[in-house]
Amino acid sequence: MPIELKNVTYTYMKGTPFERTALKDVSLTIADGSLTAIAGHTGSGKSTLVQHLNGILHPTAGEVLVDGVSLAGKGKENLLARRQVGMVFQYPEQQLFEETVAADIAFGPKNLELSDEEIERRVRSAMEFVQLDYETYKDVSPFRLSGGQMRRVAIAGVLALEPAYLVLDEPTAGLDPQSREGLLRRIAELHRKKKLTIIFVSHNMEDIARMAERVVFMHDGRILVDAPPSEAFFADKEMREAGLAAPPTVALLSRLRDAGLAVEEDAFTADEAAKRIVKAIRKKGGATC
Amino acid sequence: MSFIEIKDLCYSYSISPSENRMALNHVNLSVEEGEFVAVLGVNGSGKSTLAKHLNAILLPTSGSCCVAGMDTRKPEHLWDVRQTVGMVFQNPDNQIIAAIVEDDVAFGPENLGVPSDEIRSRVDEALKAVGMTEFHGFAPHLLSGGQKQRVAIAGTLAMRTKCLVLDEPTAMLDPVGRKEVLDTVRCLHRESGITVIYITHFMEEAAAAQRVVVMEDGKVVEDGSPKEIFCHVDAMRKRGLDVPLAAEIAWRLRKQGIRLPEDIVTDEELAVALCR
Repeated sequence: MPIELKNVTYTYMKGTPFERTALKDVSLTIADGSLTAIAGHTGSGKSTLVQHLNGILHPTAGEVLVDGVSLAGKGKENLLARRQVGMVFQYPEQQLFEETVAADIAFGPKNLELSDEEIERRVRSAMEFVQLDYETYKDVSPFRLSGGQMRRVAIAGVLALEPAYLVLDEPTAGLDPQSREGLLRRIAELHRKKKLTIIFVSHNMEDIARMAERVVFMHDGRILVDAPPSEAFFADKEMREAGLAAPPTVALLSRLRDAGLAVEEDAFTADEAAKRIVKAIRKKGGATC
Repeated sequence: MSFIEIKDLCYSYSISPSENRMALNHVNLSVEEGEFVAVLGVNGSGKSTLAKHLNAILLPTSGSCCVAGMDTRKPEHLWDVRQTVGMVFQNPDNQIIAAIVEDDVAFGPENLGVPSDEIRSRVDEALKAVGMTEFHGFAPHLLSGGQKQRVAIAGTLAMRTKCLVLDEPTAMLDPVGRKEVLDTVRCLHRESGITVIYITHFMEEAAAAQRVVVMEDGKVVEDGSPKEIFCHVDAMRKRGLDVPLAAEIAWRLRKQGIRLPEDIVTDEELAVALCR
């Protein structure tokens, strides 16, 4: 079952001089098992949008349904619907607080009033998934870990809630290239192996181009583009309007094209881009063009 | 003596009563006045610890760190060191304190006891240098991340700092904000000859520097021009780092037998080499 946003409008500080409408009549359906990226410049409404996905914010008008159930109600059914959606905030490692890694990850499941055995099973499985060895790390203070490891602990804490949908806000911000690569691989695996529906917000066009099946560009509280990467990143006019830049591979290849090399521009990894260039050069029949 | 002279610097802190960790391990580094140096390294390699020594937020456990001839360990130098070296951190929201942009920029010089008409001219000058003049009366929370970082930079300029140390200033920004901040820093370096130490995980930003220093396990392990550093794609990967996209693609193309110069770092250079 999908997450559905139906004509959602959200206004901050309504009725005050600071009133600002951050979402304007947004409709969006996130299909089960999909991997969607949301991009847009600061203030475009993307964070407001994702905060609607598990009921942190409720629409000023319109509604949000998870598996057909509105997130707005106060009933048991509405609570369960909100729990379906796990949320990893920006810099989630800032929210770590427990004395040990295992205790921090167990905090969420404990609040679900699960049995001790079930909690331990979930902690083990979440740690295994983010590749932190249970025996090595369970009793370590999370504050002794590297930035990349701390972020993995924080993500494990959300995975231990076993949500059906996972929302990540800027999951790779501030990570070094190796940690970033590792984290993206974990997220792709969650999607592939555990069939989790994933929505992630990112400023990094390279990450989006490589990972997402579907790209949503936000601008001024509205959805400007909603398409697969192969189309979205070539909507030049809309990308400029949204204040976004093409992924580096696309920018590089179009620079080469401008310089006179007849190269196809739809490559999202360095490997693919190199292949496109080799193909273009061989076609021309020279070592360089 | 160089503008920044770090000699055999070690910094260790205790992680438990019986165990110390060496965050910096016999670091030697000299930076001349007016240089633009990028510092790369994986999380935990010692980059930020090193940066914090440059304006005496941290003091060496052993060895020394001298800035403009002043030893940071000498308490009588503390204020002069802090005035010489301005720091800009990752999160713009943690370093802006006033309710109005120009008050925030004036905070530093006010604390130095600068006369008020002099403060006025310094604030105007600093906001102009970062292209934020028209926002002087704004509340900071109404600015974008890139604009906030430029205000933070203006705050250090108003102190008449000679050296700007930026610790991942663009990590939390969108692409537009990232470009704003990098362009501002490049412009200040070019126009006012300010010394820049720029810590980043973005290899394209590092390629804009004159010199790249790579840190690993608390040591400086590479030190050279962007071209010298980024042509070693395998070595950088092994360190858990990356190279700019153009350098990586040139490396892949060379492996495919396409003849290209060894020192390609920017898209422009690759275009010229491929299409000359």
